[in-house]
Formats: sequence, structure tokens, C-alpha cells
Amino acid sequence: MYPRSLPYLLLLPSLALLAVLFLYPFVLVAWQAISDDGGQFTTAHFSEMLGHWKFGTAFTNTLLLTLAVVPIQIALALYMASLVTGMSRGRDAFLYIWTIPLGISDLAAGIIWLSIFEQTGFLNTFMVGLGFSEQPETFLGYQNKGTIFLAIALAEIWRATAIVLVILVAGMGLIPKEYKEAAEVFGASRWQQFTKVTLPLLKPSLQTAMILRVILAFEVFAVVAALGGTNMPILMGEVYNWQFVLRDANVAAAFALVILGISILCTLIIMWFLRTPKGATL
Amino acid sequence: MAEIKIKSVAKRFGKVEALKSIDLTIADQEFLVLLGASGCGKTTLLRIVAGLETASEGEIWIGDKRVDQLPPRDRGIAMVFQNYAVFPHLTVFENIAFGLRMAKVDQATIEKRVSKTAELMHIEALLKRYSGQLSGGQRQRVAVARALAMEPEVLLMDEPLSNLDALLRMEMRAELKSVLAESKTTTIYVTHDQVEAMSMADRIAIMNKGEIVQASDAVDIYRNPAHRFVGSFIGNPPMNFLPAKPRSEDTWSVAGVKLSGPNHNAAASASSVEFAIRPEDLIPVSEASEDAFTAQVRVIEPLGSHVLASCMVDDQLFRVVVDSDKSLQQGDTLYVKPMYDRMRWFDSSTERSL
Repeated sequence: MYPRSLPYLLLLPSLALLAVLFLYPFVLVAWQAISDDGGQFTTAHFSEMLGHWKFGTAFTNTLLLTLAVVPIQIALALYMASLVTGMSRGRDAFLYIWTIPLGISDLAAGIIWLSIFEQTGFLNTFMVGLGFSEQPETFLGYQNKGTIFLAIALAEIWRATAIVLVILVAGMGLIPKEYKEAAEVFGASRWQQFTKVTLPLLKPSLQTAMILRVILAFEVFAVVAALGGTNMPILMGEVYNWQFVLRDANVAAAFALVILGISILCTLIIMWFLRTPKGATL
Repeated sequence: MAEIKIKSVAKRFGKVEALKSIDLTIADQEFLVLLGASGCGKTTLLRIVAGLETASEGEIWIGDKRVDQLPPRDRGIAMVFQNYAVFPHLTVFENIAFGLRMAKVDQATIEKRVSKTAELMHIEALLKRYSGQLSGGQRQRVAVARALAMEPEVLLMDEPLSNLDALLRMEMRAELKSVLAESKTTTIYVTHDQVEAMSMADRIAIMNKGEIVQASDAVDIYRNPAHRFVGSFIGNPPMNFLPAKPRSEDTWSVAGVKLSGPNHNAAASASSVEFAIRPEDLIPVSEASEDAFTAQVRVIEPLGSHVLASCMVDDQLFRVVVDSDKSLQQGDTLYVKPMYDRMRWFDSSTERSL
């Protein structure tokens, strides 16, 4: 037997690192967002951010993108996970293939989809070559906001559904087969077995997957930069913009705090919504 | 009315033959126990009746309906699983109500049936709890209540008591028996526990290597095993077996003892014959005689009401149950006479009784 304090002691170095590399910069950023050069408290940076014409668009775009991407990812991953779990052979092969996009950086993913949608891209070559259109379309031009949004959503779904899939497959593997059989014997259809048994028992995994995806969706940056450029302002893009283009670290910090704020809020909502009553776990 | 007919059902898993052409009819309201060692195919057979497994061959009939092509929910069955499968995300109430909700029964009827079955299983105080807050025995009761709430024509139970401790198992055994006697369902109950089988069943079907070797009531199975396996499996301790050599037309020599047995001509097809007797069907006699076995006592196990003596007769293990008043010691020589009407004979090539 080892002393009870041992696990805590062993975790201490990581805790210290976290404090130095995360907590301290975080406090600095937070302070930066609410203080002026003289070290006095001010709301000026937030006012500047809120007053800027791009803030509203960036905020809405980020939320809309999250709302469009995450539910589709969850639904797709649930469907794929059910298929994979039901397989007796070839299960691993499918999982590996589906998780390939996970190995690609988000910028690379953005560029791949750019090469499909840009004016001289694959899609246009196809359409013109097959005679569906006379000349190449500018899918990603500033006048086609809808198509840009669609392309970004597609790229994000392609790129990051697999992480949800991996979490859900692991979660489904933990549910004993007997529950499904009991549901079957007691009259549940396949759909009811899924909604009344699998889904509620999957809540903990679903919770993890959703929190992870929602937070990452709020932080989306490279894919949007590659496909939308300046035509599709989003919150993370604005942080970059204010920090490196407009050289105003204070407003950039304010933007960063907004992202943090909605991330925490959404995490709490998901946790509350997918909570499991005491004693109702597997 | 739900008579269950199992007609030449076979099941293969790849090359493994789990069930070899099973034929069995279970009468309406009968309590049939499928008894066998693990791996004998009893659970597979139950799952085929439930519809959780498909037979490679054969038919299943429940009442006047052929059901082997139907999904479980269209078969009019309810089931109690070995690990209970009480849904952890639902309260006890919702667990018991699960099947009724699936069948779209109205709320008033659901409440009535749930409280009725909960009362029957003595879990009315637990209705608001989750499975994680229950003991194994309580979970077991919930699983049974969930099945009974369906008021099914056929109830299937897969080793429902095997995860309980010995005392609880005995209590639940008696309780289940009385509850099921009133419920008018036809029940198939799978177990590997022979005491459970004998105490609960109207009829026991003993399975061995994918076959039903005997289906009869408890006493008949105990007294008249149709197959050598039944004699060696049923009874604690099981039957003693000794090789028999032909002597005259209907007498046999067993370990030097002359015994009258089956006619040689009837046994002619049998290449060799085995004599069998239960350990408690042997009467100790004071001295050696022509009709008593000479047994060397090896191990003595005093069990209170009686003493179990493991002996050697002709270099073969031979168990004798004697009264606990009789003082015995290791190394003693015991003379025992078989009760003539309790002697059984088996063909050792087919292992069938003669």
C-alpha cells in the first residue's frame, strides 16, 4: 500500500506546469482585456470590441457554424458508431479509414477543400468538363456567403466527425449486449432500442464528445481562413486580426474572453442537459 | 393457451454443432427446467425460443403459431436474464413498466400492473430507485417483476438465480415457485443447478452435448436415469458405476458379486454392460458374502445426517452413504449389499439404460 497522498504528489508537477503555462497567461490575458496601459480597470476594450462592425457578424457566424456542424457531426457519428458496433468483421478497418481525417491538420484540411471549391478547383473542372456549366463558378467569392458557409461546414464535418465517432464507439462498447436484448424481448423496435436504451446509456460519452466538439467549433480558425479568407469573419479570426494585423492586444484579449465565456456556458448547458441521476449509471 | 413445440431444432456455430435436432413439447402452464452442465446448449436453446438466436434448422411453435421467423417482440414471451439486465437509466417503476410502455398500454393500467407485480415480488418500496442503488437480490426481483408485469403466455428464465448467494437463492427459489404457480404461464427455466431444477420443475429436460437425453419428472430422473450421463450428473453424490461381466442367461458378475440383471439376449447388442447403483441404495452387512460388495474405505465425510464414505471396489471409486451412527474409519473394509429394485444397467457403448 502506498500513502494516500501519493497520487496527489505525483500529479503536482503537472499541476505546476499547468499553473505556469496556462493559468498565469490566462490571468494576464484576462487582465489585459480589462485594464489600460496605466494599469487601471477599464471597459474601453470591450466597448471597442462590441462597437466594431465585425463583432456582431463574427459572433453570429461562429454560433451558426457551431449549430450547423456539431449536431450533424453527432448524428453522423452516432449512425456510424451503431454500424461499426454491429459489425462482426472489418470493424477496425472501417474505424481506421474513418479516422484518417483526424491525422490532418486543420489548415491542411482547409486547403484540401479549397482545392475542390476554388475557381480552378476540382469541382469546377468536373462541372465544365461534363458540360454542366459553361464556365467556372466563383463558389467562394464574397458575393456567395452561403456557399462559403456550406464549404466550411462540409470541411469541418469531414475533418472532425471522426473524433466524435471514436468516443462514441468506445462508449457503445461499454454497454452490455443484454440491455439491448432485454429491450428487444420486451417489445422495443430497433429505433426504440436505440432511443430508449442505447442513447440514454451513452449519455456520458455523448457528453464528452459534445463538450469537446462545441469548444473546438468555437475555436475554428484555419479552415475558415483557408476557405473564407476575410469574407467570413469568425471570433477566433478576429482574435488573430486584432493581435497581429491591428496590433491591439487588449481588444484581442477581449475577443478571447468572449470565446472562453461562451465555451464555459455551453459546457455547463451540455453537462446539465445530459446529466445522469445518482445511481443511474452503468 | 401456450403450448411450446420445439421441432427438430438444430444450431451450428460455424463447424461447432451446439444443438443436434432437439424435439420437445412443453405443455400449457407447465414449468419445464432445462438442466445441464455449462456448454451443453441449454442457453442456446432458450435463446432460440426467445428469438435472440436463429436456429440453423427446425421450427418453434407457441400455441398455434409458428414463431421461428418472428422477432422476439411478436412471440408473446417475457424473459428474465442471467445478469438481470435491469436498465440502469430507468427507475424500478419504469423498468417494470418498460414492456407495457412499448406495447402502448394506457397509464392507468400500467400503474395498476406495476404496483401489483411489485407487491408480488415485495419491491413496492423500491419503485423510485435506480438499479445502481439495489442489491443483487433486489435487482433479481425487479427483473422477474418486469417479466410478470407483461402477463406473458410464455416466460423464459436464463439461470435467474445463479448470481445470488446460497441462502438468498433458496429463498427466491421457493418464492418464484409459488409466484409462478399462480401466474398460469408456460415457463422454460434454464439452470445448471440440479437442486434448483428438482425443487422447482414439473418436468426436467436434461441436456448433454447438444441433446436432450431425458425429459421427465424429478423422481423419475433420479430413480430411472435413461442415460448413463443422467446417473452421473444427477444426485449428490452421483451414481456408482461398475463394469458387469455376463455369467448365465440373466445373471451378471459385478466386482465378483453375482447379481440378476437384464437378459443377455436383450443386451446382446451391447458390447459391454455397466452396473449402476446410488450410494444411498446400499445396505451395509456385517460380514463378507457372495451378494455383498467388498469396499475399502478411503475417505470419510461426516455430513451430519449421514456419512459419505468414498471407497474402492475393484480399484474403482465407489461411494456409500451410511448412517452416521455407524463408526467408520479410513482403511476399514465395508460390506454392502445393493437394494435389488434400485439396481440399474447401462449399455456402455450407447450409454443408454437397459
